[in-house]
Amino acid sequence: MFKEQIDTFKRYRFLLKELVKKGIKLKYRRSYLGILWTLLEPLLTTCVLSLVFGKFFKKGDQSFPVYILTGRLLYTCFSTGTKNAMKSIRQHAGMIKKVYVPKYIYPLSGVLFNFVIFAISLIVLVGAMFVFKVKPTLWIFTAIIPLIMLFLLTFGAGMILSTMSVFFRDLEYLWDVALMLIMYTCAIFYDPDKLGANQWIFKLNPLYAIIKDFRCAVYGENMFASPAWVIMPAAISVLSVIVGVLMFKKHQDNFILHI
Amino acid sequence: MSKYAIEVKNVGMKFNLSQEKLDSLKEYVIKMLKGQLKYNEFWALKNVDFKVEKGDRVGILGLNGAGKSTLLKVIAGVFKPTEGEVIRHGRIVPLLELGAGFDAQYTGAENIYLYSAVLGYSKEFVDKKFDEIVKFAELEKFIDVPIKNYSSGMKTRLGFAIATQIEPDILILDEVLSVGDAKFRKKSEAKIMSMFKSNVTVLFVSHSLDQVKRICNKAILLEHGELIAAGDIDEVAAIYEEKTK
Repeated sequence: MFKEQIDTFKRYRFLLKELVKKGIKLKYRRSYLGILWTLLEPLLTTCVLSLVFGKFFKKGDQSFPVYILTGRLLYTCFSTGTKNAMKSIRQHAGMIKKVYVPKYIYPLSGVLFNFVIFAISLIVLVGAMFVFKVKPTLWIFTAIIPLIMLFLLTFGAGMILSTMSVFFRDLEYLWDVALMLIMYTCAIFYDPDKLGANQWIFKLNPLYAIIKDFRCAVYGENMFASPAWVIMPAAISVLSVIVGVLMFKKHQDNFILHI
Repeated sequence: MSKYAIEVKNVGMKFNLSQEKLDSLKEYVIKMLKGQLKYNEFWALKNVDFKVEKGDRVGILGLNGAGKSTLLKVIAGVFKPTEGEVIRHGRIVPLLELGAGFDAQYTGAENIYLYSAVLGYSKEFVDKKFDEIVKFAELEKFIDVPIKNYSSGMKTRLGFAIATQIEPDILILDEVLSVGDAKFRKKSEAKIMSMFKSNVTVLFVSHSLDQVKRICNKAILLEHGELIAAGDIDEVAAIYEEKTK
């Protein structure tokens, strides 16, 4: 059974590539700066956030922009990726109604093309680290761990959302609200340690844990010093993929009746 | 190798027609709590059983609502049948109406690659066929223009060119040859006839009986989701004409 699925995947690898390419191409088509926006956009928003929260609240820490940038990049990757996946089935309804294609290709491509854009925008982070004198250490290589978790979590959540939104379109609006909640509990532009009480809320958010681990790697700290912050998001990420894939598999034959 | 291209085995397709279409969570919850989630069962296809030999061009006849399009979608693998199964030997290429499945912002050239990828072909294969496709579609001048600026005839031509030039094993044509100008219609009919020589199996739906007679050598007749006749085109067409009188 697995062999058959791998064969189909191989056959549609070119489609996956085409869809990823299409996502990237169309995102910046007709804009003068094109793909440069993947770098400019996080740069500019980080400037705004640093100005507002850095000066306004007198944070003082010199590398504050790097702190913001790490949080913002990872959060945007998650929010855009899940939104892409959620809309992918409806977006490709024309195809789905006519041609047989393994349907998971659509949400997967939505998450993947966004991840490619995200990977490109990491260049900005490297630049920011240089400018604000955050010296990378060997721990930087552990950054791959939160990045893998981020991909799995985005894909898993994306599969769950894409399945559910076929049946309930309202979810697209509900998810925007949920994302706002997730954003504020990701500690993108503040330090949760200074928040005092209400710390428990961060412990519930796997995305915050992923961002925290990533920051550890960037700032040259050992993320395994507090293993719970690595195990929790890893477990939730894997679980979300399992739940997402099973849900998608169970309902995919009914998609056609609802789109 | 099997001598059949498609084996449709006792296929039944059931739809649950809800009285109203529910696609908001609020409506669904309210209806569920009130116990008003009622469905009408509707069998669009029932016990359909036939085989298509390789190289046949089969016309699918029937009045509106007979289940022709549902049958084609089951064969294409878009619908999963409620009962029975469909065995396909070879690659199926459905010709989409009016270029549905094209991306409007993409240019003609980009859409050729995208569409071929959807049909499960590799990049190398499309590279080889690219020029032929453009030439057949007569779109040399417009191939780098976004599809949204194409006329409906141009889109159909492109769709037809892709679906036929990539040499599928089984080609599904659902009410597509009626669009485009007379010249292109003739050209596409000739193309389908020439494909017959290369042993391509064609499934064809059209409301023009003349066209079906010209193109097909076999036919099946559906009525209310059931297969009532299958065989040579002339016999089945005669039964169909009798029915439509």
